[in-house]
Amino acid sequence: MPDPPGLELIAQGIEEGRQGTVIETSMEHGRATLIVNPDGILHALTWLRDTPEQGYRFLSSLHAADYLPATPRFAVHYELLSRERIERVNVKALLVDPAAGDETNGADPVEKLPELDSCVALYPTADFQEREAYDFFGIVFRGHPDLRRIAMPEDYVGWPQRRDFPIGGEPVLFTHNEIEAPRWFE
Amino acid sequence: MEVERESLRARQLRARDLLRGDLEGRDLEEYVEERLLTTTLENVLNWGRSNAIFPMTFGLACCAIEQISLVTSRYDIARFGAEAFRATPRQADLLILSGRVSIKMAPVVRRVYDQMLEPRWVMAMGACSSSGGMFANYAVVQGADKFMPVDIHVPGCPPRPEAVLHGLNKLQKLIRGQPDLGWRQRYNAVGTEEWARFEEGKPTKEALERAAAAIRVAKPTAPSPHMPAGEAEDMGDDV
Repeated sequence: MPDPPGLELIAQGIEEGRQGTVIETSMEHGRATLIVNPDGILHALTWLRDTPEQGYRFLSSLHAADYLPATPRFAVHYELLSRERIERVNVKALLVDPAAGDETNGADPVEKLPELDSCVALYPTADFQEREAYDFFGIVFRGHPDLRRIAMPEDYVGWPQRRDFPIGGEPVLFTHNEIEAPRWFE
Repeated sequence: MEVERESLRARQLRARDLLRGDLEGRDLEEYVEERLLTTTLENVLNWGRSNAIFPMTFGLACCAIEQISLVTSRYDIARFGAEAFRATPRQADLLILSGRVSIKMAPVVRRVYDQMLEPRWVMAMGACSSSGGMFANYAVVQGADKFMPVDIHVPGCPPRPEAVLHGLNKLQKLIRGQPDLGWRQRYNAVGTEEWARFEEGKPTKEALERAAAAIRVAKPTAPSPHMPAGEAEDMGDDV
């Protein structure tokens, strides 16, 4: 883990290459996190990977999160590891939900999905993990070689890990909720 | 002890007399009646089926671990003649659904079931394959009997191997106890036979009832008038 000054130096280095990329840095529970502008995600990742004194050449995890009702709603987390120094840094790209405040109320046949640049060219391991983020959260990764569902059936409709997605399943009758289904035994 | 030895000796002598052709008349009748058991072909067939169930080598989730330990010497499913786990559905009689069935797996399970030859049975092992269990969510089928017929539900999470063996015994009882009940009767599917569709138009209600009655009383020597002779093998346990 870089210490707080180290994190600020990283943020400064990324900012020098492209202004307005790093929105914020955070250091919580000993985890160094860079919150970056989604437009500059590839620049930040490339800088962290290719700068010799950084060398975060290993993407240990890529995952999405839904922070409903917060705005921006979605985030994609990148956990990078420098294997020489055993140091980790997190990069978080916040994504606005384009369907939020949709006046058409679902009448628009084209679903509006949040988009982000794919980092498969930088980290080949991101291939399946971006597909998983797409499968469960509906985040479209621009430039992904084969963006389709990975865990759910390919004809599945919906983004099941979003917080506004119904849990599914069937109500189960117990003694405590028996009263909600009167004459259930008939 | 001495008496037993004497009676054994007496029986041996009678058997020797029979083989020599010395037993005649009432003695011969008595001898034959003592040693014969009469039953129907159906009963013998189902007795054989129930004691030689070939389960399918098929595991879905954690229950499969318990299913594996069924074969070990501690539980020894071989005591009930079901130790021959077949690696292909075409040789298997019993499909044990050992785990949760996800909606992505459901078509595969159904296909495996369809490839099994009749007569075939299905055991839903554990809470997940019976009702979805703890997985009340978007990814898991809430009970495998939503898309295929299930004969035995074994509760538990996971069920102990003893529970599965108890379920197997119940299944054997089902196979033996209702020799007339084919799967079409069990699942209310009378009228879906190939030969029933050969009748002009859709089969009428009377025709279906007639067919059901004919199946219920059918003897192996007297096939029902609705059934061409060549179809008899296709009917499986309905005959």
